[in-house]
Formats: sequence, structure tokens, C-alpha cells
Amino acid sequence: MNITEAKYTAKDSGKSIKIIVDGNTMYVPLVEGNRHYDEIQRQVKAGTLTIKDAD
Amino acid sequence: MSKAAELAALIANVNKGSSLAAKNFIQNGSFQVWQRATAATAQTDGDYKTADRWFGWVSGGGAYTTEKSTGHLADTGHENALKVAVTTADTSIASGDYYAITHRIEAQNLQSLQYGSANAKPVTLSFWVKATKTGINTLSLTKDDSTAIRMVKEFTINSSNTWEYKTMTFIPDSSIKTAASAIVNDTGRGFQLNWVLKYGSTYDGTADAWTTSSHFTTSNGVNNMDSTSNTFYLTGVQLEIGEKATAFEHEPYDTTLKKASRYYTEIARADNNTCHLVGYVQATTVARFGFDVSMRTSPTITETNFGILYSTGSEQAVTGVADITQDSQFVSFKLTTAANLNVGEAVVLYANGAATLTFDAEI
Repeated sequence: MNITEAKYTAKDSGKSIKIIVDGNTMYVPLVEGNRHYDEIQRQVKAGTLTIKDAD
Repeated sequence: MSKAAELAALIANVNKGSSLAAKNFIQNGSFQVWQRATAATAQTDGDYKTADRWFGWVSGGGAYTTEKSTGHLADTGHENALKVAVTTADTSIASGDYYAITHRIEAQNLQSLQYGSANAKPVTLSFWVKATKTGINTLSLTKDDSTAIRMVKEFTINSSNTWEYKTMTFIPDSSIKTAASAIVNDTGRGFQLNWVLKYGSTYDGTADAWTTSSHFTTSNGVNNMDSTSNTFYLTGVQLEIGEKATAFEHEPYDTTLKKASRYYTEIARADNNTCHLVGYVQATTVARFGFDVSMRTSPTITETNFGILYSTGSEQAVTGVADITQDSQFVSFKLTTAANLNVGEAVVLYANGAATLTFDAEI
């Protein structure tokens, strides 16, 4: 999955992660078992993706 | 197959533990439901693009589209098919490249197979396929839960661009019958079936043998990606308990749609139409959306062109989605707007142009 950007949507706690996949914007819940969240975690662990802090 | 032979096959499978109804573990195997798109759409790696419950893998220099193809009823007993069309050829497959069409099955739907026990049951896969390239093709069945284990099967395309019916049986061996091969009774991934267009040599293995290695094909497989003239069609896919392929279990459209909606659903509204979603405003607008079918897990949400219409008749554009949760009846989430609305106010979603909300809980 080609995730080109990942960013938390809010500062106070993990709300959701906004990701860009092949140019499309998606909002991913912080829930294991959601395939996008699992892929984000896999890529973060592999060092190929960093989740940016919320604005 | 004669009626007598069909009945014999059905009885044989029932004796192996199959059922007379709801026997097909594949969802949308007749390609009736296309919530995302029906027209040719470029496949990206690991994403669902067109037919519900079906997605593709793309990694390499080639590219392909998938689309809804119609007019196959007389040949196959199924009006619709998934069409794969190569749009960029890859004549030099690197070792790590892969191209495939995939279907995944939720783990709790596979408990009747009794994997991880001495009573593990065989399953038989049947499908119609039409491909430009003749020769040996491959597919793999992966049991993902607990210890991942898979088996590759070869099948032959005898005639170019001609519908052919294929069947194959996966017999559990001692490795499937050990506790480590149990399929956990949960919402995770149970099975994955890959129709290989072409994989690189890294993934070559041996046909008809269960393995824990990442072998999804054999070196015998033709390269369906080697020309932009190549197409690959699939329909009538059925996976059932037993060692015999039986007649495809057709089901009403709404039954298939309801099954598919556990994994993906979308709301589309034309310009200036309201969405039947009512929320209220705290610091952000809270939306609770009820579905006929509970989604498999908290879904990923996309939003396009929706605004929030509130009491003054004014509208605020939606700028984001947060706090996505799922309970037994609702998906709840917060919609953020450029400016805060009044606390306690009831609101509705309003389309600014062609607007869509999608909810993706695919496996």
C-alpha cells in the first residue's frame, strides 16, 4: 500500500490518522484489525513511514 | 455434469461436513455487487477498486485495470465477470515482483473447517476463467491465522480467450491438523486466495504441498502481464467443504450486497442533496451512522464534498474526520469544520457537488 503521508488529526489524544494513499485522503481509526491501521503500524515499525503530529 | 452426478457430488460433500445451503465461503463470487466502480479502474497495490470483496496486487513495472464485464450468462451461467486488462506490459519480471487478484475470507466464517484438529475438512474451489495466455496458471490458498500456511495449485488454460471451468481440492495434511494451524474464531483474516497473473521467482514453490514459506506460485506459471493485449476474466467462484465441486450457489442480489456491506459501504449524494445523517455539535460535529449490517471493524472513512448544514441555513465545509468507532449498531465519528458551530445544535450533512462518504472495513 502506497502511503505517502500520515498525520494525526488531533493533538489531545489519538483521534484518527489522516493518510494519503495514491493521492486519496483517508481517515483511519486507531484500531487493530483495521487493515489501514495495521499497514500503518507495519510501515512505521519497518521505518518506512512516520506519523506526523497534529497541527 | 449430469443431474445424477451433481447429486452424488453434493451428497459426498454433505458427508464430508458441507451444508446444502450457504455452502460457498466466497462472497460476491458471481460478481453481482460493484459498490466502488464498474468501469475500468487502475489497480494499485493491495487496494479494493471495483468488485466488492475482490482486490489486486501490483508491484513491478507493469499495470492493469479491473472492470465489470457483462454478457457471459450463456457461457458460464453468470452474467457478470471480473475483467483484468493489462495496460502496461511487464516482459521482464523481477524476482520480487507480483501481480495477482485476491479474495479474503473472515476467520470466523471458516470455523466449520475444523482446522487445527484431526477433523480438518477438505475444501474444493471451482471457478470459470477466460484468459488470453494459454498454458499453466497458478493460484494459492493461504490460511493466514495463527501459523500462516499455504498451498499452490496449477491449472491450465487450454484455449485462448475461451471460458473454461476449473476445479481443485485442498486436502488438509498433518500440518493443517496441528493446533498451530487453527483458524481463530474472530474477525481477522482466515483465508486468502490469490489468482496469480505473475509473481517473481522469489515466490516460486511446489504445487500441491502445504508450506509455511512465502510461495504463492510455481516457476511453471505463464506471464499474464507480458502484453497489453492480454486479458484475464474470472467468475462463478465457489469454495466449499468436500472433495467435489458442486453447482454454484446463486443468491439474491440483496443477500450478496448485505454480505459485502459488512466490509464496505458508501453513501453518495448529488449536489444540494442532504444526507440522511443527523448529528449534533459539541466542539466538533458528532455523527452516528447506523447500518443494516454491523461492519467487521471500525472502518476507514473517506469524505468528498460534504458540508454541514446548521440552523441558520448556513453551511460549513467538512475538513476532516476523527474519533472513528464502531459498536454493534453504529459507526460513530466526528466531523471537523473550518469554524466551530453552536454547541447542542442539530445538523445534517449537505452535498456540495457530487458527495460521497465511504466506510471501509475490508480484511
